Amino acid sequence: MCTLEQHGNVFVLTLTGDDEHPLGLPLIASLSSAVASAKAAAASAGPGAALVTVAEGRFFSNGLDIGWAGTSRTRLMELADALRPLAADLLALPMPTVAAVTGHASAGGFLLALCHDYRVMRADRGVLYMSEIDIGLPLPSYFVSMFRAKVTAANALRDVLLRGTKLRAAEAKEMGIVDAVCPGPTETVAKAIKLAEQLAARKWDGDVYASIRISIFPEACKSVGIVEESDEEKVKNFASRM
Amino acid sequence: MATQNLCTVERRGRVHLITLTGAGEHRLNPALLSAIRSAVAASAGAGALVLAAEGKYFSNGFDQAWASTAPRHLQATMGGEFRGLVADLLALPMPTVAAVTGHAAAAGCGLVLAHDAVIMRGSRGFLYMSEVDAGLKLVDFFAEVFREKVPDAVNRRDLLLRGDRMAAPEAVRRGIVDKAVDGGVEDVVNAAVAEAEKLAARGWDGEVVAEIRKAAWPNLWSKVKDYGADAPAAAARPRL
Repeated sequence: MCTLEQHGNVFVLTLTGDDEHPLGLPLIASLSSAVASAKAAAASAGPGAALVTVAEGRFFSNGLDIGWAGTSRTRLMELADALRPLAADLLALPMPTVAAVTGHASAGGFLLALCHDYRVMRADRGVLYMSEIDIGLPLPSYFVSMFRAKVTAANALRDVLLRGTKLRAAEAKEMGIVDAVCPGPTETVAKAIKLAEQLAARKWDGDVYASIRISIFPEACKSVGIVEESDEEKVKNFASRM
Repeated sequence: MATQNLCTVERRGRVHLITLTGAGEHRLNPALLSAIRSAVAASAGAGALVLAAEGKYFSNGFDQAWASTAPRHLQATMGGEFRGLVADLLALPMPTVAAVTGHAAAAGCGLVLAHDAVIMRGSRGFLYMSEVDAGLKLVDFFAEVFREKVPDAVNRRDLLLRGDRMAAPEAVRRGIVDKAVDGGVEDVVNAAVAEAEKLAARGWDGEVVAEIRKAAWPNLWSKVKDYGADAPAAAARPRL
């Protein structure tokens, strides 16, 4: 379902297989486990790590496994509830994160990409697409929080959520949703890893990095269940930094 | 406290110009913050305020050397004074312009953004949120300055989470700064004063300016208002 590899100080999380990587309970659990492993490995290695998430095949992910959920709203909610802590783990991850959007990223798959700090996307194929409006599914409130936090360009939120606009990489970049555009999947992965290496080379303290990330998107982080530190806790490390 | 030599005040037409003096880094320690707050309070009757600095730096942030001698006071004194200065600027009954004549880092950058408008030297100096590089977390009200004043998600990430050093052309392109001005420090100050004079010429009711500003940035105002010069007595202030 997914693999985790370490290339120097960059962790590469790969959604394996040529399918749509639907976010069902097994894949979500697998991803959560991999993210936890990366976090643990980085903790013992010291500052200066980064995570890149890539996918094999034509899809990054097409979102929550609606095939498994079928007509059951209960099952769909179960999936949304299972994805939420994974989103939290990514948003609280003590290292920079890069999503290599190597294929279609729709619905929960688009959300997964948004949970990363940076996005690199292939130009030749694939779209970012919030399909819920077209399928007739309501959005979990934490999905909306994430999009409200990260999709701030004029009309972008409206276009993405309320119009179901399918974004190719170039348009996504203009909207500030994607940071870099590459010709094809190989270049996309290479660029994502290179970006991750540059970020890792800054040797940021992971705990501080995660704290600042939470500071800049507090509502989104709260919506996935992250409890922000108090000011008292934050300043505990000030004295040792002076 | 000999604060008079830390900053000067002068009137240019309707503009109250405060200049941080000397060629140093204008580190925001309690003495300088107190001096700036006094200078801001002295703006009564003016039509607009400009904050500028001499030398290579606008302000390089909090005085860490000072703080290292008294770390526990950092939050209480420097933090409280800085918070109070932000409150004073938000409540000021006239438009405010920051003349970013040199580098503005960390709390120095926060101070810049606490103004209504930002004019920056085009060819020298950058905005730099150094905290991520220095390993310092952002206390809530301080992060709020950036959440209110840097609404674009990519800008916020690049400035705060990546610690980009942004020179004026980039800062203008991103909408973080209003205008870049060619030339030296004096040219930037003159441009900022000219901009402030234009704002003063609008003849706005100062109390209305203050009320609208506080309403425009309500999250920030709510987090700093108890520290301002007009706030209820210190005894009622939340303890840190």
